[in-house]
Amino acid sequence: MDAIRTTSLTKYYGKSRGILDMNLTVEQGDFFGFIGPNGAGKSTTIRTLLGLIAPTSGYAQILGMDIARQREEILTRIGYMPSEASFYRNMRVKDVIRFSADLRRQDCRIEADHLCERLELDTHKKIRELSLGNRKKVSIVCALQHKPELCILDEPTSGLDPLMQREFYTILEERNQEGATIFVSSHILSEIQRYCRHAAVIREGCLLALDSTENLGHTDTKRVRLSGVGTPPDLPHIKDVQTEGSSVSFLYGGELHELLRTLAALPLTDVNITEPDLEEIFMHYYADTVTEKHVP
Amino acid sequence: MTLIRHELRQGRTTLIIWTSVIAFMLAVCILIYPEMETQMGDVGSMFAEMGSFSAAFGMDRLNFGEFMGFFGVECGNVLGLGGAFFTALLGISILAKEEKEQTAEFLLTHPISRRKIVIRKLIAMIAQIVLLNLIVIAVTVISIYAIKETPEVRPLLLLFLAYFLLQVEIAAVCFGMSAFLSHGGLGIGLGMAALLYFLNIIANLTEDAEFLKYITPFGYTESADIIADGYLKTEYLAVGMVFMLIGIVTGFYRYCKKDIL
Repeated sequence: MDAIRTTSLTKYYGKSRGILDMNLTVEQGDFFGFIGPNGAGKSTTIRTLLGLIAPTSGYAQILGMDIARQREEILTRIGYMPSEASFYRNMRVKDVIRFSADLRRQDCRIEADHLCERLELDTHKKIRELSLGNRKKVSIVCALQHKPELCILDEPTSGLDPLMQREFYTILEERNQEGATIFVSSHILSEIQRYCRHAAVIREGCLLALDSTENLGHTDTKRVRLSGVGTPPDLPHIKDVQTEGSSVSFLYGGELHELLRTLAALPLTDVNITEPDLEEIFMHYYADTVTEKHVP
Repeated sequence: MTLIRHELRQGRTTLIIWTSVIAFMLAVCILIYPEMETQMGDVGSMFAEMGSFSAAFGMDRLNFGEFMGFFGVECGNVLGLGGAFFTALLGISILAKEEKEQTAEFLLTHPISRRKIVIRKLIAMIAQIVLLNLIVIAVTVISIYAIKETPEVRPLLLLFLAYFLLQVEIAAVCFGMSAFLSHGGLGIGLGMAALLYFLNIIANLTEDAEFLKYITPFGYTESADIIADGYLKTEYLAVGMVFMLIGIVTGFYRYCKKDIL
C-alpha cells in the first residue's frame, strides 16, 4: 500500500491552473521531498490531498483510502503542517495544542510536552505575541503530537533558525525510523537533498520528475572548477559560469573526453569535477526542460 | 463538545458586551418609566398623534401611558435593533471568520467532517442567542419588579419570543451568507440588519408597502400587534421561518463543498 497515490489529479481555479494531470506515488515509510518554485502547485496538491479543495478531475488515495469519501479517517491518521502558521490569535500556545489534540479525541500531553521542550517553545504565551518561527513550532507540535502515520509538511522550515531546522529534521528522521512516512514540500533543494530518499520535482502544475534524490542529482551534467585560468574553455554545453579571481566554475553537459582534451592544454593549477547539487540542477536543468521532460 | 466550547470561548467577550449593553439599556428604560409616567400625564396621547412618526414606531396603536405600551416601543428599539445587530454580526462571521483569520486550514485538517463543524457552529450560535435572551429577560423581570409594575405575562412573553425568533432568523440568514464569504462581511451583516429594521418602518408608514412585513422579521415583532392581538402574526412568522431554513440549508450545502484557499 502506498502512503500517497494520485491519479491524473487536476485542479483549476476557474480558468487558472492549479495542477495538471498529477500522478504522484509515495511509498509507505519513505522520506519524500516535493520540490518546486513558489506557485508551482505544491500547496495546491497538498490542499487537494487534505480535502481543503476539491479536485477538478482525477482522484487520489492516502494510506489506501479515497480522499473524497474517507476524509475523516484519513485526517485521523495524518499530521499536517500548513505553510501559513495561523492560529486563533487570542489563545495561548498550550490551549491551541490542547484544542488540536481534543479535536482528535486523543490525549497527547506527554508527546506535546516532549516536543515543546525540544523545540524550546514557551507554551504560556499568546499566539499573537509569537514570531513566525515560534508559530511554526506550534504548527510542528500540532502536526506531530498524535504520532501520525503520515506527516505532510508544507514549507516547514521557513522562519525557523538553522539550529531549529536541524532539530526539526532530527525529529522527522526519528519518526521516519519509527515507521512514519514523511512528505515535505520545499523550494530549498539543499534540505531535500540532505534528508529525503525520494523526491518529485514540480513546475507550473506539472510533475517533471520523480526519482530517488540520488538519481535526480545524477545527470550528465558536471560541476567543473578550474584554478589558474580566469575564463572558461571555449566549449559547447557550458552553463552557469562563475569567475572568481584566477579560478572559474561552470556546469558542463557535453562529452567528457572533449572537456579533458581541452583542459589538458590549459595552464591549470587545480581541477575539480563533481556532481552538481540538486539546487544547481534544478536551476539550470529542470528550469528550461519543462516542455521536453514530461515524466508521467 | 470541544468545538462548541471553543466557539463559545471565542465569542465570549463579544457576547458579554452586547448582552450588557442591551440589558443595561432595557433596565434604564424600565427604571425611568415611573418618573415619565407621572410627568407625562396626557403626553401619551400626543405621542399617539404625531401622524406618520407615531405610525412608524407603532405608537398610534399603543398606549404610551401604560407600561406595556411604553415597554413595547422601547423593547422594539433596544432589544429589536440591538439583538438584530448582534446576531447579524454573529451569523455573518461564524463560518467566514475561520478563513479571514486563516484558521480554516488548521480547523479543517483535523479529523472532523465539515458537516459536523457546521452543526457545532450552529449550536454554538444558537446557544449564544439563547444566553443573551435569558440574561436580558432576567434583567427585565428584575427591573419590572423593582418599579412594582405588574404587566400581563402573555404579551410580555410573546414579545420576547418574537425577538428571539427574529434574532435566530437574522443569524441563520447571515450564517447562510457567511458560507459564501472568505473575508469579513461584517458590513454586509450590519447593513442587512439595519435595512430590515427600516423596511418595517416603511411598511408601518404606508399601506402600499405593507407587503414588506413578509420580508422583514420586524414584521412579526411589531409590539402593537402582539399586545393588541395576543398572538404573533403567523403569516409573517411563517415566511420568516422559511427564510431561516433557507439560510441554514444554504450555509450547510455551500460550506461542505467550498474550496478553502
